Amino acid sequence: MIQFKQVSKRFPDGYLALNNIDLNVAAGDIVFLTGHSGAGKSTLLKLIAAIERPTSGVIAINGHNIAQLKPAALPFLRRKIGFVFQDYKLLFDRNVYDNVLLPLQISGFDSKVVASRIRAALDKVGLLKKEKAMPVTLSGGERQRLCIARAVVHRPLILIADEPTGNLDMAYAREIMAIFHAFHQVGVTVMIATHDAALLEDTQNRILSLQHGKLAA
Amino acid sequence: MIRAWLGQHAFVFIQVLKRMLFSPVTSLLSALIMGIAFSLPVGFYILLQNIQVISGQVVVTPQMSLFLKQGTTAEDADTVRQRLQGQEQVIDIQFVSKDQALLQLQQNGGLGDVVRSLGRNPLPDAFVVNVQDEHAELLNQLQTTMQEWPEIEFVQFDSVWAKRLEAMLNFGRVIAMLLFTLLSVAVIAVMFNTIRLQILTRRDEIELSKLIGATNSFIQRPFLYFGAIQGLAGGITAWLIIALTLPAINDELRTLADLYAWNIHLQHLSHNDSISLLLFSAWIGWLGARLAVAGHLWQIEPGL
Repeated sequence: MIQFKQVSKRFPDGYLALNNIDLNVAAGDIVFLTGHSGAGKSTLLKLIAAIERPTSGVIAINGHNIAQLKPAALPFLRRKIGFVFQDYKLLFDRNVYDNVLLPLQISGFDSKVVASRIRAALDKVGLLKKEKAMPVTLSGGERQRLCIARAVVHRPLILIADEPTGNLDMAYAREIMAIFHAFHQVGVTVMIATHDAALLEDTQNRILSLQHGKLAA
Repeated sequence: MIRAWLGQHAFVFIQVLKRMLFSPVTSLLSALIMGIAFSLPVGFYILLQNIQVISGQVVVTPQMSLFLKQGTTAEDADTVRQRLQGQEQVIDIQFVSKDQALLQLQQNGGLGDVVRSLGRNPLPDAFVVNVQDEHAELLNQLQTTMQEWPEIEFVQFDSVWAKRLEAMLNFGRVIAMLLFTLLSVAVIAVMFNTIRLQILTRRDEIELSKLIGATNSFIQRPFLYFGAIQGLAGGITAWLIIALTLPAINDELRTLADLYAWNIHLQHLSHNDSISLLLFSAWIGWLGARLAVAGHLWQIEPGL
C-alpha cells in the first residue's frame, strides 16, 4: 500500500532529511513510525501526502507512483488518505457535525448518505451525542477523537496519525489506540508516528525507527 | 452525479448567504458602496436616454429661418416666396407673420408680460424653410445667397442647435462610459480587497481543505459565489437608489419643464436594461473575487 524505493529528500538549504529510505507497508498493516525529533518523521509523512516531493527515488501509494504526480491529480491522492493531525486542525466556526462533513463535501458525496456516514463516524469515536457542540467546548481528548472521525468518515485506504497521543494522558491514549486498532481490523492501512515510549512498549506491531534520516533495522 | 454536483452548488450558495446574513452590517455596507458606485453612471445613462428621446422628436433635417426687414410689405414677402420656390434645395416653405409670431411667443415662452409691456410688435415677418440635408458647404452657400436678397434682414440656421445637442449627447455618452468603466474598476478593487481579507481569515479552512483532497475549484467556489452575490446585491441597490430618487427628480423637472412648456419625464431603465445591469454587477463582483482568488489562494500551501 505504501512503498518507498531509495527515497531521499534534501531541502533547498542542503539539509538531508531522508537518506535512501526503503519501506514497504502492505495493505491492511498497522505500523508505528518512531524516532527522535528531527529524525525525519514529519518529512516522511509529508512525502506520503505529496505535500513535499522527494529529491530522488520512487514513492508508490496503492500502486501509483506519486513522485511525478501532476498538481491536478493531488486532491485525488489525498482523498485516499485520512489524516489525524498533531494540532487537530479543527474548524472552530462550525459544529462537530459540520467538521466531519467537510471531507464528504470535498469528495462530493451524495447528500442522502452523508448524514448516516457522519453519525457512524461519530459513533465510532464516541461523539454521537455531541454532534451539535462547537469544537471550542470539547476537551483535548474529544478534539482528538473528532479529528479521527473526520479522518475516517470518507473511508480512506490509509490512516495516518501524527503524534496522536502527544497531548493526552495514558488512559486517553489507550482509548485512542483502541480506536486505531478497530480501523485496522476493518482493513484500513494505519501508520502512526509517535515518540511515546509507553505506547511502543505496549504494542506487538511493526515499528519503523528513523534515525538521522535513515531507517534503523 | 449531476444531482450531487447541483447539491454541492446549492449547499455552497446557502453557506455563503448564511455567512452574509451573519454579518449583515458589513454585507449591507458593501452592497451600498457598490450600489452608489453603479447608480451614478446608470443615472447619467438614464438622463442621456431621456434627452435622446426628446431630441429624437426634433427633426434633424436642416431648417432655416429667414427674417424679413422691418417694414416689408406682403408683396415683398411674395417675392421672397417665389425666389424660395426657385431654389432646388428647398423642400417646403412656411410663412410666419409677425402677428402669428407674437401670438406664439405670448402663449409659449412665458414672455407674455414682457411682450405686452413693449406696446408694439417688435417681431419681423419670417419664413421657415426646410431644406435638403446636403453638404454643409452647399447649405452655407444657400444661406449666403439668401442673405443677399434685399428684403432679408437675417438668415438663421435652425438645425444647428439640434446638431449641437447631438454632439453634446455624444460627449455625455463618452463621459458616462468613462464613469462606468472607472467605477466598475473601483467596484472590482473593493471586491478584490473584501475577498482577499476573507481568504486570509479563512486560511486554516483552506489549508485543511487542501490537505484532505479539495480541488482548487472546490476551494474557490464559495469566494466566487460571494463575489457574484455581493455584486448582484450592489446592482439591486443601484436600481433601488434610482427608483427612489427618480420621482423626486421628476417632480422638480416637471416644474422646470412647465416653465418652458416642455414635456419631459425621466423613465427608469427598461426591463432589458435592468436585467443587463443586474447581470453586469454580478459579473463584476465575480470578476473581483476571481482576481483575488487567483492572486492569493495558491499562495496558501498546507503543512502537517
